[in-house]
Amino acid sequence: MYTFSSRLKTIAFVLMILGVLGIGYSFFTAPKTVEDVEKILAADSHHNGGHAEAAHHDEAAAPEAHTAVKEESHAVEGVNGGHDTIHAETAVVNHDNHNEISHEAHGAEAHDAHAEHEHHLKHVLSQLQNKPWAGVYVAALFFMLISLGALAFFAIQNAAQAGWSPVLFRVMEGISSYLIPGAVIVFLLLVAGVLQFHHLFVWMDPDVVAEDHLIQAKSGYLNGAFFLIRAAIFMGGWIFYRQYARKNSLAQDDATDNSFYKKNFKASAAFLVFFIVTESIMSWDWIMSVDPHWYSTLFGWYVFASFIVSAVTVIAMVAIYLKSLGYLEYVNTSHIHDLAKFMFGFSVFWTYLWFSQFMLIWYADIPEEIVYFKMRIENYNLPFFGMVVMNFVFPVLILINTDFKRLSWVIVMAGIVILFGHYIDFFNMIMPATVGEQWFIGAGEIGAILFFLGLFIFVVFTALTKAPLLAKRNPLIEESKHFHY
Amino acid sequence: MSSHYEAPIRKPLIIGDKNYHDVTVDVAAPVEGRANKQWWIAFSIALAAFLWGVACVSYTVGTGIGTWGSNKTVGWAWDITNFVWWVGIGHAGTLISAVLLLFRQKWRMAINRSAEAMTIFSVIQAAMFPVFHMGRPWLAYWVMPIPNQFGSLWVNFNSPLLWDVFAISTYLSVSLVFWWTGLLPDFAMLRDRAITPFAKRVYSIVSFGWSGRAKDWQRFEEVSLVLAGLATPLVLSVHTIVSFDFATSVIPGWHTTILPPYFVAGAIFSGFAMVNTLLIIMRKLSNLEAYITVQHIELMNIIIMITGSIVGVAYITELFIAWYSGVEYEQYAFLNRATGPYWWSYLLMMTCNVVSPQVMWFKKIRTSIYVSFVISIVVNIGMWFERFVIIVTSLHRDYLPSSWTMFQPTFVDAGFFIGTIGFFFVLFLLYSRSFPVIAQAEVKSIMKTSSETYKKLREQGGHDNHSHSEHNHH
Repeated sequence: MYTFSSRLKTIAFVLMILGVLGIGYSFFTAPKTVEDVEKILAADSHHNGGHAEAAHHDEAAAPEAHTAVKEESHAVEGVNGGHDTIHAETAVVNHDNHNEISHEAHGAEAHDAHAEHEHHLKHVLSQLQNKPWAGVYVAALFFMLISLGALAFFAIQNAAQAGWSPVLFRVMEGISSYLIPGAVIVFLLLVAGVLQFHHLFVWMDPDVVAEDHLIQAKSGYLNGAFFLIRAAIFMGGWIFYRQYARKNSLAQDDATDNSFYKKNFKASAAFLVFFIVTESIMSWDWIMSVDPHWYSTLFGWYVFASFIVSAVTVIAMVAIYLKSLGYLEYVNTSHIHDLAKFMFGFSVFWTYLWFSQFMLIWYADIPEEIVYFKMRIENYNLPFFGMVVMNFVFPVLILINTDFKRLSWVIVMAGIVILFGHYIDFFNMIMPATVGEQWFIGAGEIGAILFFLGLFIFVVFTALTKAPLLAKRNPLIEESKHFHY
Repeated sequence: MSSHYEAPIRKPLIIGDKNYHDVTVDVAAPVEGRANKQWWIAFSIALAAFLWGVACVSYTVGTGIGTWGSNKTVGWAWDITNFVWWVGIGHAGTLISAVLLLFRQKWRMAINRSAEAMTIFSVIQAAMFPVFHMGRPWLAYWVMPIPNQFGSLWVNFNSPLLWDVFAISTYLSVSLVFWWTGLLPDFAMLRDRAITPFAKRVYSIVSFGWSGRAKDWQRFEEVSLVLAGLATPLVLSVHTIVSFDFATSVIPGWHTTILPPYFVAGAIFSGFAMVNTLLIIMRKLSNLEAYITVQHIELMNIIIMITGSIVGVAYITELFIAWYSGVEYEQYAFLNRATGPYWWSYLLMMTCNVVSPQVMWFKKIRTSIYVSFVISIVVNIGMWFERFVIIVTSLHRDYLPSSWTMFQPTFVDAGFFIGTIGFFFVLFLLYSRSFPVIAQAEVKSIMKTSSETYKKLREQGGHDNHSHSEHNHH
């Protein structure tokens, strides 16, 4: 049996406390009124001329776009395609989904510089108020999806009757235990959005929807009640499988036959079917809909690739940690080697999907789609391309070597880079639509990462103490113990 | 990979009382024996279809592309449909050899040789379409970036059609090398058994002097692994590039980002269906039922079921996003697929690809050879229609209603397709009589872990897993 060392427990608590402080600080310092924003911008222009210049540029460009919207809305009232393009183009200029409000506000006095300035301040205010929420949301989602990914990997191993991995089943079960608190937190954040506590999802704001034909057309799908019902069903389904599979896995330890193993085999196959459907919809709901004008068919699978590679990485890192303390008697370098191959393979797979989505949209250059990447390349250049280096170039160069894949320190080092890279991936998916060009990785974002990391460590390692770390009577456990590659 | 222990729940992959020598004899028998009447009948039919195809292609090249049913709006129809269909089929071969090798699936060993052969023969069929759907196929060499006397006139590397050239030619060459490397020990076996000097001569040429030394085997294994590691991204990228032909465009119904992985899933789906079709017949006619067992067929059915479900999820995703996008053209493209003049092809595609593989959830059905055979054909019909639906229904009605039209194939379209089916079977039938259709060297390597004989011996000897070496088997 594993005992949760008090040192690690202390680390987890320290992380959580530091995290709470950071998150609290970011909420506390977020501007409350337009006047606060004005002060912040004034202070910024002292320190950073470039930013003020950019803001001016933004203002200068805006009237032009508004005129276009006005003309267009008279001319092509009935043509959706035309509308879409225009919406998209204004979004580029404003870097924001709130452009509909501005349209209303400036209908009469579009060229009034004062009104423009007021609008700009309001716009920055909403972005800065979103910032602490977005930081929490990205980290909450990221850690929950890691545990979901570990659960999916566990289900795949079961359904595939893998002979190498059963000695790691308890590690995967432990990581998936975070799914329960993690999903609850994400669900609460979604509820908070529907209740208008935060504005990460613009389509939840009735004022925005009232002005936006495109979102109105989607309201049959994008509406608060249906959104939360879907989320509850998905999370309920995942947690149900997790609890059921864990129960059977423990029961198999003391069983006299393979009946619990067979139950898990069937449950895993059923879960995977449920998973592939719910995972796609989940990614449209919780991630893609922060940009409610934008859409991509590949998106669900792309999100999957991002969190499955993070999950495998975490499995490998937890296994290496436990092994270093002498807990995983039968785990050898061959098991680690296999995990590292999955880290390598899924990293390439993620890149394949990233490139496919990016290249196809870049190539066709259809305005309503390209805004998504235009925004990111212009305002998130380093995170956007930096993540490709962290998620692809680095792991591929390091993990191609067979000998390296057996060295703990290489796996841990590559793993840290991969995990940071995929955090940035989720950051890139959420932030541009919620905080726009006001992004910064500061106290709020780092605090959220530390808090959820602490919570994750606490929950996962507590779960690991609850059962022996070897699945004793699994029919494939002997194969796994003797596994040598 | 050399796990010395196998869980008792794993079923044997070689059934019957077989030893090493039996494997050799069983694999060599179809090559060493004489073709029977059935083979000659099948070969004649395939040859006739092939020759008819040659006639149709000659007619096209001589007279012009106008002999086909394509028109100003629908510029791509059966030609590209068949191209994508054949490329898709070719994918399962590499998948079985490479991906299943990476995943250490021992059951691949009985089927990988034929799957690779299928890859190569179907890629050859596929490669004919890009050439002969050209208006001026005699200038096809212009797609190559060769220094020339037009002031070194170059190709534009921005076109997915050019990427196709590199993808297909790389795919064919790598598959060929991968296949041939694996054949060396098996050709050597045939060389060593040959009685006629002619056969001896032929098999000693094609086996490259393989003598089976330890060092050779070690390098052989390493080369197989490296090639498998290279072939897996290749297999993904090739069909991805094929999907780029459509996805990079701005045509509603074509421009969608899911096409790359969805085409790959569809390729695996149709490729496995074709392997199943071929192997179900081959195991019977070549008496290889001990090696290609019902378990092999069941596992292929499971892969068909999984990839069929992935394809189903992709169909639903496309439908949902078409609605969600709010783009009228996109919405109409899918409405047109479901209710337009080609609704029947959409319905066929949906039933064959989404509904039919779902029956594989029932063990009774997926272990039935007859049902598997039928479903494997149904899937390939469905996948042909998938490509047809994507290509033709997206083209015949797009942005401008004034250019809406219909597509009607001519006998020449059909003749070319029939010709490639004929050519494929000509090659496959010749292969099945002159090549070792099962990788005997690989099958022998799993004899001790996974054959019925050794599993029984192990059971008799209790659970001592290292005792089997003491048993002498005849």
